[in-house]
Amino acid sequence: MDMLDAGGTEETVLEVNNIEVIYNHVILVLKGVSLSVPKGGITALLGGNGAGKTTTLKAISNLLHSERGEVTKGSITYRGKSTQGRDPADMVKAGVIQVMEGRHCFEHLTVEENLLTGAYTRGSSTADINRDLEMVYTYFPRLKERRRSQAGYTSGGEQQMVAIGRALMSRPETILLDEPSMGLAPQLVEQIFGIVKSLNENEGYTFLLAEQNTNVALRFAHYGYILESGRVVMDGPAAELRENPDVKEFYLGMSDEGRKSFRDVRSYRRRKRWLS
Amino acid sequence: MPEQLVFAMEVFLNGLMAGVLYALVALGFVLIYKASGIFNFAQGVMALFAAMTLVGIQNGQIPFAPLINATLGTNAHFFGWNLPSAISLPLTVGVMILLAWAVQRFVFRHLVGQEPIILFMATIGLAYFLEGVADLMWGSEIKKLDFCLTAETCLPQGINLAIDEATYNWFGYGFFIDNLDITAAIVAVLLVGALVAFSQYTKHGRAMRAVADDHQAALSVGISLDFIWVLVWSVAGFVALVAGIMWGAKSGVQFSLSLIALKALPVLMLGGFTSIPGAIVGGLIIGVGEKLFEFAIGPMVGGATENWFAYVLALLFLVFRPQGLFGEKIIERV
Ligand SMILES: Nc1ncnc2c1ncn2[C@@H]1O[C@H](COP(=O)(O)OP(=O)(O)OP(=O)(O)O)[C@@H](O)[C@H]1O
Ligand SMILES: [Mg+2]
Repeated sequence: MDMLDAGGTEETVLEVNNIEVIYNHVILVLKGVSLSVPKGGITALLGGNGAGKTTTLKAISNLLHSERGEVTKGSITYRGKSTQGRDPADMVKAGVIQVMEGRHCFEHLTVEENLLTGAYTRGSSTADINRDLEMVYTYFPRLKERRRSQAGYTSGGEQQMVAIGRALMSRPETILLDEPSMGLAPQLVEQIFGIVKSLNENEGYTFLLAEQNTNVALRFAHYGYILESGRVVMDGPAAELRENPDVKEFYLGMSDEGRKSFRDVRSYRRRKRWLS
Repeated sequence: MPEQLVFAMEVFLNGLMAGVLYALVALGFVLIYKASGIFNFAQGVMALFAAMTLVGIQNGQIPFAPLINATLGTNAHFFGWNLPSAISLPLTVGVMILLAWAVQRFVFRHLVGQEPIILFMATIGLAYFLEGVADLMWGSEIKKLDFCLTAETCLPQGINLAIDEATYNWFGYGFFIDNLDITAAIVAVLLVGALVAFSQYTKHGRAMRAVADDHQAALSVGISLDFIWVLVWSVAGFVALVAGIMWGAKSGVQFSLSLIALKALPVLMLGGFTSIPGAIVGGLIIGVGEKLFEFAIGPMVGGATENWFAYVLALLFLVFRPQGLFGEKIIERV
């Protein structure tokens, strides 16, 4: 299997350096998160409810600001340039776009209009935009059938496709994909991840993928970071993480006791020392 | 045809024409409310401010003249020119865009994410502030508004003779329909058509609708909320200008103009706060309703029903159909 490699090239496009994030000036949510995303890879950001996955993605896309969140320590660089103080539109133009958790389609716009809003920051000609629209439709044929429907009336799976397709329309380099499996039937999750995989392989998009569904994410990703209470507690190639006994026990549900925290595990401290 | 019915028809038509103006003001409300969730109490004052600015520019009035004269010890009030509306109109549009920018930059940018009630309070403040500025800038006396694109092509005034004659031939009674009202109706139709075309078929129009649906998602695809809100306030400012011109040409530009904003409230309750067709239809219903009611019931209750009819109708709607006639259905997320 080719999933053993780290994915993509050696080139790192996105670097998150020991960041701390505070909401509303008081709520400390990220307590020193570092990660690096290689170009052309699928990097997974795993962890349970409230671990800080969404916060990390929003810190990168700079959507944090509109939620009264702030990066108070550390740095984020995209292609060597700091993302500090840039607005989300700037990041989109630089090639980084976030697909938000919960899909967030524009409900009263049609499917196709939703896709077109993705091209908002581009100064491209109509012909260029139509070509990209066709590209999106080849990956999501279902959307072509439903192009004239109001997005609010489409199914959860279709809305997830709209959200991803809309991001593709910005001609991104890196897509921050937040919890695409949320609320979808296993079969549909499988289908969406399959499409993400082929977008990655055929079109070369880089993905940073936040997921609670560790099982699926580790099957499709090249590399994974596990986040707990705002800290990275473990990272490694996806194939290794899948075989790791602690991950197996606590995230892949291969234990009878159900999910526990890494904090309960003695080996956690050892591993942490080893990681840092 | 019975005489009463013929009279009622005339009243109906006049009501439609009055409704057009209500609809225009309500339209300004809906635009801003949809895009930003702000209930803009200042919409009526914006119409007043726009009309005063137009007249002031046309008459060559020096803005803030009393203030300037007091500080410099001069006594100048006029530049000494008279401009056609073809020039004053684009200048006024420019002023309204500037106003939109200032409102966003100095007020609402600092209130992002605040409760709707706080935003609403801010617009009340804005309304009184703007009224004060309009007074200081252009003076408080009633001004005559002659809207003439060039010296010859003016807004038509007076009774429409063609309608008068035609109805006289049919019913033996000539309807009195003001030419100005007919023009207002045509302009309103064109304006709504242009707005719909803009929001449906242009990139920024689409972005406007996207922002109305979901601020976060709009940000995530790189739409600047700041820009869209300035755009929306500018469009609302333009709609206010059109309403101000029509109203001002009819009854002079005066401060009571800002009170038409209050008539727009019942219109919105009828039409729904988020529906452009609702604003139009609601405006027409209120216009026709209050005129017909006054005509039919007014004499029995001592008249002046136009003062309260709209509000009572709105109240009934609030009780029986709170989302209004065209209130947007809330789509449940699947
Ligand atoms: N806007 C906000 N204001 C204050 N606290 C917030 C805000 N958004 C998130 N938090 C808090 O930050 C922590 C991390 O949230 P985050 O959404 O990043 O977690 P997550 O890993 O994405 O979780 P999930 O898998 O449930 O989406 C949580 O404790 C959450 O309550
Ligand atoms: Mg999340």
